[in-house]
Amino acid sequence: MSGVGSAGSERPAELLLECQGLHVAYGAIQAVRGVSLSVRKGEVVALIGRNGAGKTSLLRAVSGMLRPADGRITLEGKDITGMPSHLLVARGMAHAPEGRGIFPNLTVEENLGLGAWLRTDADGVAADEAWVLSLFPRLKERWAAAAGTLSGGEQQMLAISRALMSRPRLLLLDEPSLGLAPQVIQLIFRILADVNGKGVSILLVEQNAHLALNLAGHAYVLETGEVAMEGAGKALLQSEDVRRAYLGE
Amino acid sequence: MSDFLQHVINGLSAGTIYALVALGYTMVYGVLKLINFAHGDVMMMGTYVGYASALQFKQRGGFGMASVLAIFFLSMAACAAVGWLIERFAYRPLREKPKLTALITAIGISFAVSYGFQMDWGFLPGPNPRAFPEVIRRQPWLTLLDGEVTLWNWQVISFAVALGLMAGLQYLVFRTRFGRAMRAVSHDHRTAALLGIHTDRVIAVTFMLGSALAAGAGILFAIKDVKIEPLMGTQQGLKAFVAAVIGGIGNVPGAVVGAVLLGLVEEFVVGYTASSWRDAVAFGFLILVLLLRPEGLFGRVTAEKV
Repeated sequence: MSGVGSAGSERPAELLLECQGLHVAYGAIQAVRGVSLSVRKGEVVALIGRNGAGKTSLLRAVSGMLRPADGRITLEGKDITGMPSHLLVARGMAHAPEGRGIFPNLTVEENLGLGAWLRTDADGVAADEAWVLSLFPRLKERWAAAAGTLSGGEQQMLAISRALMSRPRLLLLDEPSLGLAPQVIQLIFRILADVNGKGVSILLVEQNAHLALNLAGHAYVLETGEVAMEGAGKALLQSEDVRRAYLGE
Repeated sequence: MSDFLQHVINGLSAGTIYALVALGYTMVYGVLKLINFAHGDVMMMGTYVGYASALQFKQRGGFGMASVLAIFFLSMAACAAVGWLIERFAYRPLREKPKLTALITAIGISFAVSYGFQMDWGFLPGPNPRAFPEVIRRQPWLTLLDGEVTLWNWQVISFAVALGLMAGLQYLVFRTRFGRAMRAVSHDHRTAALLGIHTDRVIAVTFMLGSALAAGAGILFAIKDVKIEPLMGTQQGLKAFVAAVIGGIGNVPGAVVGAVLLGLVEEFVVGYTASSWRDAVAFGFLILVLLLRPEGLFGRVTAEKV
């Protein structure tokens, strides 16, 4: 592992999420091999790497979809290793999964409502609903439509909005740019910056390294299940190795 | 004409009872993608709980409205508990194992229950059929065409109970918070968990609901056919499963339509040919539907994920 560009890349001090020596395996196949990483309060952290590098597996282990084979995960200092997903939502984590994970037979309204499943503060939920609809006014127009009839971009907007409806402190996003038109991607990344501005920390998995590194304060490069590089997003953008391997230059 | 009308009445009354059982298959399949082959045997157990409580009421002076409701309630509550036990201790430990494992387990439970009930140890009923007490005195409710067509009171009651339970289920699934969670779990339980939904609990409650509906159906079968026996669950359960597959397994309205169709087909076969053809035609109908529409009448074509 090598650090890149230490100058001008001070990270916030307070830890939100920390993984130490994380291993994730599917049977005999090791997808993640001893990864340690952290997300500090208020940060956007990007996880970049090729297909099969272990990015999605790592995210799934963090959100309780997979039980890690080894290692430790803490959220705000508390051990959450192996904790089931539904309990992590109550602790301030939201995960918009790979492939968006929307419920096609349910309406946009019902999908968003499920995002606030655990909340009992009706006023707060209404306020957050108004907020996400102001971020993505398009969803308002499709309010009563079955989510399966939405375009890919609209589904991604719905997936992010639904994740925000639990009012998370940590938002996990898996490839929000996948399969979308460039204008839609730009819109979504602009809004992610807004969301982060509201104090939501983000752990972002992306294949599109250029987008991810521009948004992220800090980033990790994953190769075959291990952290190959880490550093400030902007610094990694300048790095020769990253440019050659991930930016196609 | 009068024959035809009588067969329609009988077919609808049998079909709506099948529908209650078929709903249990389809709901459990919806949330777990598992064919719960023990479902018919849960129904049988519910019928025997109803039988035992009916005997108690009979000893204490006959049946009124309250005692009939109590028989339904006791049997449905007992089956909900049995459904919970089966899910918790037989299926949940196998949740992440290959589907075939759970399927074999379901068949195992089915045999264990249906043959276990034929033992005559203690409270178990033994292999001989029993006659279900006449909890509702049979009388014509309506006669048509100079008395050639009879609509019996128990048919009306059975129809009303079945429709009432189905309407309740429809309300639950499409109009309540729990129903929304059920539909989410049915589509993708991992994503549902990511939203904070306690998926194990949703699955357990779905099992309990399906089992309670089956108990209601078991009592209605017993009122209709009088004879009850430990293997009744296997027979009626298999028919209801056929109905669910005809309608498109996993689809709630499909199960109802499939069951009513099956009830009518069986009744017409029995009425116009010989009753020994009944099962052959029921399964022939299944094969026909699957040849023409493999996903069932209301099912959606789903790509199998590899």
